Amino acid sequence: MATNHQISTRIKAATDVDIDMCYQCGKCTAGCVLADDMDYPSSMIMRMLQTNDEENYRKIISSEAIWLCLNCENCIGRCPKEVDIPKIMDYLRADSVKNKCVSPKAKPILSFYQSFLGTVKTSGRLSEVFMTIRFKLRTLRLWQDVSLVPSMLAKGKLKFIPESIKGKRNLKNIFKSINYK
Amino acid sequence: MSKIGVFICHCGENISATVDCERVAKSASEMEGVAFATDYKYMCSDPGQSLIKNAIREHHLDGVVVGSCSPRMHEPTFRRACSEAGLNPYLCEIANLREHVSWVHEKGEATTLKAIDIVKGVVEKVRRNKPLNAIEVPITKKALVIGGGIAGIQASLDIANCGQKVILIEKGPSIGGHMSQLSETFPTLDCSQCILTPRMVEVAQHPNITLYTYAELDKLDGFIGNFKATIRLKAKSVDYNKCTGCGLCTTKCPQKKIPSEFNEGLGLRTAIFTPFPQAVPNKPAIDKEHCNYYQKGKCKVCQKFCPTGAIEYDKPDEFITEDIGAVIVTTGFNVLKTDFFPEYGYGKYKDVITGLQFERLASASGPTLGEIRRPSDGQIPKKIVFISCCGSRDPAKGIPYCSKICCMYTAKHAMLYQHKVHDGESTIFYMDVRAGGKNYEEFVRRAVEEDHVNYVRGRVARVYEKNGKLIVKGVDTLLSAKPVEIEADMVVLATAGVANKGAEELAQKMHISYDPYHFFAEAHPKLKPVETNTAGIFLAGACQSPKDIPETVASASGAAVKAVSLLSQPTLVREPIIAVVNRCAPPMFSTCVGCFMCETICPYNAIEHEEIKDRRTGKVIKTVAKINPGLCQGCGTCVSFCRSKSIDIQGYTNEEMFAEVTALLNK
Amino acid sequence: MKLGFYPGCSLNGTAREYNESVKALAPVFGIELVEIDDWNCCGASAAHAVNRDLSLALPARTLALAEKQGFDEIVVPCAACFNRLAVAQYELNKDELLKKSVEKSIDMTFNNDIKILNVVQFIDKYIKDKIIEKISHKFEHQVACYYGCLLVRPHKIIGFDRVEDPTSLDELMQLIGATTIDWGFKTECCGASLSIARTDLVAKLSCNIVKDAADRGAEAIIVACPMCHSNLDMRRPQIDEYVGKKISTPVIYITQAIGLAVGITPEKLGLQRHFVKVNTL
Repeated sequence: MATNHQISTRIKAATDVDIDMCYQCGKCTAGCVLADDMDYPSSMIMRMLQTNDEENYRKIISSEAIWLCLNCENCIGRCPKEVDIPKIMDYLRADSVKNKCVSPKAKPILSFYQSFLGTVKTSGRLSEVFMTIRFKLRTLRLWQDVSLVPSMLAKGKLKFIPESIKGKRNLKNIFKSINYK
Repeated sequence: MSKIGVFICHCGENISATVDCERVAKSASEMEGVAFATDYKYMCSDPGQSLIKNAIREHHLDGVVVGSCSPRMHEPTFRRACSEAGLNPYLCEIANLREHVSWVHEKGEATTLKAIDIVKGVVEKVRRNKPLNAIEVPITKKALVIGGGIAGIQASLDIANCGQKVILIEKGPSIGGHMSQLSETFPTLDCSQCILTPRMVEVAQHPNITLYTYAELDKLDGFIGNFKATIRLKAKSVDYNKCTGCGLCTTKCPQKKIPSEFNEGLGLRTAIFTPFPQAVPNKPAIDKEHCNYYQKGKCKVCQKFCPTGAIEYDKPDEFITEDIGAVIVTTGFNVLKTDFFPEYGYGKYKDVITGLQFERLASASGPTLGEIRRPSDGQIPKKIVFISCCGSRDPAKGIPYCSKICCMYTAKHAMLYQHKVHDGESTIFYMDVRAGGKNYEEFVRRAVEEDHVNYVRGRVARVYEKNGKLIVKGVDTLLSAKPVEIEADMVVLATAGVANKGAEELAQKMHISYDPYHFFAEAHPKLKPVETNTAGIFLAGACQSPKDIPETVASASGAAVKAVSLLSQPTLVREPIIAVVNRCAPPMFSTCVGCFMCETICPYNAIEHEEIKDRRTGKVIKTVAKINPGLCQGCGTCVSFCRSKSIDIQGYTNEEMFAEVTALLNK
Repeated sequence: MKLGFYPGCSLNGTAREYNESVKALAPVFGIELVEIDDWNCCGASAAHAVNRDLSLALPARTLALAEKQGFDEIVVPCAACFNRLAVAQYELNKDELLKKSVEKSIDMTFNNDIKILNVVQFIDKYIKDKIIEKISHKFEHQVACYYGCLLVRPHKIIGFDRVEDPTSLDELMQLIGATTIDWGFKTECCGASLSIARTDLVAKLSCNIVKDAADRGAEAIIVACPMCHSNLDMRRPQIDEYVGKKISTPVIYITQAIGLAVGITPEKLGLQRHFVKVNTL
């Protein structure tokens, strides 16, 4: 266990969350709807961060758990020490992408987010149809939800022509300024 | 011309190792006003003190400066020695050459010079010191104990057994407090009422104790040794002189469905009621808010049936005043109710109960006669979940502290349940197990090893009801944070111990301090746990912080001793280091202008108004400030605030202090 | 009464009926909803999951536009959009430097003091008091009100209703004549944006919700979020598969429920666009 607190310092600087506040009561995991499916439930992740151990950290950012997290905010809603776990999850996800160690099991989830943002970058608004196409191409889940198409069409829920905003350049600049890839 | 004696102590080697004591004594002998100076190895010893006494007599000294350790150590010692030699003790001062010089500097010239400077400063002060006499304040030989739980009962008995008079007031209709609600107590599993009720009866029968139940403190005026308490005796609607306690009225009362406070809402009572069968006094009172007569003007059934005609409606509350010498506050605490917890149902679910409610279920005199039954349908639960730390250790809910007793009583509850329901399954969700008292750890291990209670380390995120069962969503943090879901028949919350409602108002009435959680503040957390910062008022029991019974009883006895030590003195002798407002000749009478800024900032409420009257006509010439010698603690705040410099501290007058400082600065 | 309106991407797409019901309800109570010109996507879960600055810049642009277009208040029916806009407003108000950096990204400056209302706050403020007089068909059914995550959490930022066992939707439904049930999944997540990437998990989570409501006799589930609606409604086949039986409890938006009560036709409210048939109501 490293005693030099590099990881907790880094996290505090990026998220303003002090992970030493967590006293490992486990209430976050107890209330997390997907805790059973996570390789490292939230209180485990907090404990692993508290060890300030780089190997533990690597395990966390390579985990599927951080991508399964729905950001439903139930954890911070119940945490007795008001530790902002969702914010830490956001940070871990960004770090996971930055360090190129996204869990293979979680790739479809990341692909979904990237497909979503891809259409927003292009036209300023989400195009559900194009997002789905991009997603299928990335994940090769070509037949997923195809059965829904007829009923969606009949209910008038599919917009094939994506809506575009006037300030497209504005949007492109936003993405550029943030160095989003 | 002063004749001061300077005595420099070597303090073994403590001072002499770094300070040249002989040289300091020699320098002192050359100071103005010093008639005699010497040094010695152990000034506080018998020969050392004799040295001082002899010097006083031989050289007719009118002041003594002892260069030694901190005055906190031996000022009383040296002052007593001076007193024995016939010198007023307040003409003796200490120059602290140990903590202020030798212990904080290296050996060397500068260190010795500093010692000389300090001695010079104190000599200059003592040259201006005036003889002072200790203040004597009369004491009323009676104690008031507020709150009739185990702490109040213990304190009252202890004081009464010392031969002092006690008034015990209790705001409910009976004494006993929360301890009377408990079933069995840890770590021995004694029946709570069995050990409590003999004490309750002793209180009622003790010749030195006057018990007022259904009574509250209305006002507390005065100061240590001389309090005046106004007590409101709430109208019981029953004349206790006539009532025999037969209980017929309680069987006839038509209002039968009032939730019983004693049973924590799990049972019912009537409008005319005694809280429990072993109540002391065992006579009823009428709860006006639920009585048909008081609310609607009808009924009067109890009066009809009372064989002795003891029912008396529409009597007003009575006020009595008592002179009191010492007050002990033992008003106890309370526990949070289930509606405080959003994630456990906001109090909606009948089968989610508090630890205190569980005590009533487990108690042989409780609403279920000691059987653990679900409040919703009366069935015996086969699976119980106990949740520790409900509210406690929870800054998000505003309660960061630990309530101390819950780990122990939760283990006890689980054990009692297992003893009563042999095939029952109990699970305790905990964060830590705090079992620090005598035999406490062994008690908790019994729960695990003998009674097979399941301890799961993790908290519970939420509890909800489905199909008559309570779904508990917890976690086992020791098993890699694995979520645990239990379908329980009953959930018991170990809710936080909190201050009683009305604690803030009571503290303000008595001018005692309290903390942000409305627990009353002790004078010093380690060394004065049963005293408050207000002289003459003591604390015991859970009103200061959550405690178990052994600690409560110990603190009650401690507070009782403090009270008795005060009451058993003929008069109250206090140090005369107090503030005094000056007086001078007419027509001025005092430089005080009567602005009373001092009154607003005095932390001890020691400033009074004094009217200076014309002797012949009785007309008020001016109103000036007067310091109450019984309350003033000599803090000096008023001295610095007084715009006209009319106040000064005896023993630390402005003149004395300036002289000391000036001497230190001018070398 | 003119208010700003931010439909968000889903109301213009798969949650079309939500849009229709809001637009149908507003004029009944004399409110004109004016769409913010050139609004952009708020970023939803995708943005904050991968890039914090993006998750603040996207909503900030819309807030800035709304302010420039003179709106004091904007109505945001989509709970996710509402949450993202509210969080962005809060974070930028807390940190002056961050606000400046975001203003640089979006190439606009703004005061950041526009009032953001979710659909329930909108109804509470502008419609609730007048509902009783306009009721023509009492909604006499037993319903389960499902709040989801983003309407009530995080409480420090949103400050609306209460985190556990909220009551605002229940109160509205009772006002229009419904009986609301007490149930255990009022605020448990439906699976949110994992709908496409991990449909299996959405099936599990949404199944818990729908089953509990149905078990307790709910004739309908009332929602105020298009994502929740989609997971509970469009994904019903997966839910049925997970639980092993067909549950036919319909899921309708709060605006549709109120719309029905004040006499708007089901077609105008878009009820025919739901996957789970609503004709039982």
